[in-house]
Amino acid sequence: MLELTPKEIMEKRHITINPCKTCEPVGAMFCALGVENCMPHSHGSQGCCSYHRTVLSRHFKEPALASSSSFTEGASVFGGRSNINTAVKNIFDIYNPDIIAIHTTCLSETIGDDVGSYILDMEIPDDKKVLFASTPSYEGSHIQGFSNMVIGFMKYLTKKTGAPNGKTAIFPGWVNPGDDRELKRIAALMGAHYIYFPDHDGTLDHPMDGKNDYFHPHAGTPLADLEALGDCEKLISMGTYCSQEPSDYMKRQFGTPYANIPLPVGVALTDRYVTELRKITKQEVPKELEDERGRLIDLMLDSHQYTYKKRVAIYGDPDIVYAFTSLCLELSMIPKYVITGTPKESWVKEITALMNQYGVDESEYVVKADTDLFYLHQLIKNEGVDMLLGFSYGKQIAKAEDIPMVRMGFPVLDRYGNPIQATVGYAGGIRYVEKIVDALMDRQDRDALDEDFDVVM
Amino acid sequence: MGNILDARKNSILFKDDCGGQGSGICCDSDSVSGAVSQRACVYCGARVVLNPITDAYHIIHGPIGCSSYTWDIRGSLTSGEDIYRNSFSTDLQETDIIFGGVRKLEAAVDELMNAHRSAKLIFIYATCIVGVIGDDVDAVCRTKSAQYEIPVIPVKSPGFSGNKSTGYRMACDAIMEVLCPHKTEKKHGTINILGDFNLAGEMWIIKNYFKKIGIEVICGFTGDARYDDMCRAPGASLNIVQCAGSSTYLAQRMEEEFGIPYIKVSFFGVEDTTASLVRVAEALGDEAAREKAVMFCMEETEKLQGFLAKYTKSLKGKKAAIYVGGGFKAISLIRQFAVVGIQTVLVGTQTGKKEEYEVIESLVDQDTVILDDANPAELETFMKEKGADILVGGVKERPLAYKLGVAFCDHNHERKHPLAGFEGVYNFTREIDRSINNPVWEYVKVL
Repeated sequence: MLELTPKEIMEKRHITINPCKTCEPVGAMFCALGVENCMPHSHGSQGCCSYHRTVLSRHFKEPALASSSSFTEGASVFGGRSNINTAVKNIFDIYNPDIIAIHTTCLSETIGDDVGSYILDMEIPDDKKVLFASTPSYEGSHIQGFSNMVIGFMKYLTKKTGAPNGKTAIFPGWVNPGDDRELKRIAALMGAHYIYFPDHDGTLDHPMDGKNDYFHPHAGTPLADLEALGDCEKLISMGTYCSQEPSDYMKRQFGTPYANIPLPVGVALTDRYVTELRKITKQEVPKELEDERGRLIDLMLDSHQYTYKKRVAIYGDPDIVYAFTSLCLELSMIPKYVITGTPKESWVKEITALMNQYGVDESEYVVKADTDLFYLHQLIKNEGVDMLLGFSYGKQIAKAEDIPMVRMGFPVLDRYGNPIQATVGYAGGIRYVEKIVDALMDRQDRDALDEDFDVVM
Repeated sequence: MGNILDARKNSILFKDDCGGQGSGICCDSDSVSGAVSQRACVYCGARVVLNPITDAYHIIHGPIGCSSYTWDIRGSLTSGEDIYRNSFSTDLQETDIIFGGVRKLEAAVDELMNAHRSAKLIFIYATCIVGVIGDDVDAVCRTKSAQYEIPVIPVKSPGFSGNKSTGYRMACDAIMEVLCPHKTEKKHGTINILGDFNLAGEMWIIKNYFKKIGIEVICGFTGDARYDDMCRAPGASLNIVQCAGSSTYLAQRMEEEFGIPYIKVSFFGVEDTTASLVRVAEALGDEAAREKAVMFCMEETEKLQGFLAKYTKSLKGKKAAIYVGGGFKAISLIRQFAVVGIQTVLVGTQTGKKEEYEVIESLVDQDTVILDDANPAELETFMKEKGADILVGGVKERPLAYKLGVAFCDHNHERKHPLAGFEGVYNFTREIDRSINNPVWEYVKVL
């Protein structure tokens, strides 16, 4: 497997091999699937929409409904206006959503379709909305597309009435439905009244209730909540790359003060989330949460001899890789290779600062943005690690180099149950410490000589 | 029917009792905007056909998405090289879109060739955006081909230039570019297998059958194919076409260029597998092989009797819905379901042809729903109306079926066991039984 990867590190500048990112539109589609009764719409060729639905279906094991403008040669020459008009009419006729969230593709961006002005000229039923976000695939990555669509919703729907609603806005960034539930649970335990956006709890892990309403599951951020975001008193947003720009937009447009915090993975980062909530609600941390935190720390203590100084390669999207780097440092592991495909150089500084905080010397690790898994594989060939931590496509490296692997981030295509469970919060921490320690101990058992093989560990 | 679009009415047919007039279904047309087609694009069609060529470098010239979504997408197994399981892309950025991506593409090929001097074959796929900005991919391929003395082949597959079937043609044209320089004397009694992609090792099963009956297979297209084998393919005396949708065009072109005749076959189900093996031997005029094929199939069929009888007990009377890529697969599936007493009540395809729909219509019972390029709303409506117990489909249909409380069988890229040949009959039957008769459905019904 992957025998072609040479050990000599190639200074590649023109070819990407085994990408560590994908394109903007899938992020926009994912965001829109977290809004109640919303149909994501891809303005471009049929394939983009089909691929995005496929990758989302494979990760979440759920239907990911989205429509396409189904461009033909004619559309790409004369513009996609008539396609989008037909599409919007057809979508309301058959699927009857409340909102259609259109995102562009590299094709419609390049031919210069002005989707914003098309929408202004459309006949849209009174109680329905159509909005759009620009998501050219040849910029950024799927993370940028997600961020653009969060802002897209606010641009079209959010108002400031001047009467504060006493609520806190929470932008979770790109997380799984299980994380949404956990983040909302913590916010509720801390006594916060909140608007949560986008919310995939119940949309991309719709419980099997025999009701067949997979398209209208009565989940996702409600339209009314999106409108009311402008009256929120504070915003807690998670992840720099998913949520910084939307946070700035909230501040600029509605004067909402915000705290942009890392995704709350592990002890320290979950503490920050709880602290931010506490600042708002002025409430003491309830015993339930304190106990969870205590159990997580207890678990870390019990198992610390197995994680101490273990070298780990972490790869994936910038926000989640940052958060997991923090968790691994808490576990006294060494994040030896820290990689993202998203082209954001500021991220390298953030990871470096985190390493400094835990006293890891610069000679001990490599951190790189805007790169690919081919590069990661070359690094590993030169100096190996004890574990891989990232999305499913790393499994080929794991097999080639015989390294244990723990799956996290997006996409996880080859495991079931992952999106239902939490990664964030103390509960998510407990889950991942268990996964990491299990993987390391399984390897120890596998490699043990008969005389060293022991039930007591 | 509230949720059927006017524009799609002619793509849906209800078989009536005065049938046999031939299918009047509207197919092979562009998808309706906003209808939520389950289809992909031209590039996808080209990629899925070419991707299983194991020792080729498949470079996607375009933004990152097109390559990342098709990275190791197929479940096509290899007995040798695994270069095809990597994802190569020029990852075009905004400046490349403005100033053109040709230089980046040339540099990408150079970098690849510097690192991998033993590369034998490169395909360069031009996606949507490249079609629009007008990069001269042909010229790059010519230059690089001359420079490195290996075939560097353009696959012109902008997503908007038709539907998935157009992509199949582009892939077949690319294969022909590899084959054409290797015209050779034909070796009597040898065949190529076209339109099998070695999903879960199916190509190996079929090749093994031909070995047993004494027929030499020169090359498979494209499952587990290697460049060297492809070069010998023009020497075969017969082509057999399994996936008609993707590979009939290749067979036609090979007939024109190399004078190789072709026949269409299917290895799904007992009936089709037996008929196909015998027909191939007959087409070669190989009486010994014909006798061996008949004997072999009789033995295998005999072995299956007890097995099928056992499963028929638990499956008889169930109703099936089929929504697959091509028409030929749908036809085989209707027959396979009939063997265990399952009636097909809905059948549709993404890219079926008119003749295939005619056969489908002749096979199914009255009132069966037949649809082309269906969307989830239509599938839901008709599966509920017809009381389907199981859906056969691909990636996007699986969760749809489950959410509707219907069993599922993947007949596309996500199966881990082969469904072709006699082995496939065991796997297919067990799989549909496991899903239809799974105890989990009892919990769903309780609610």
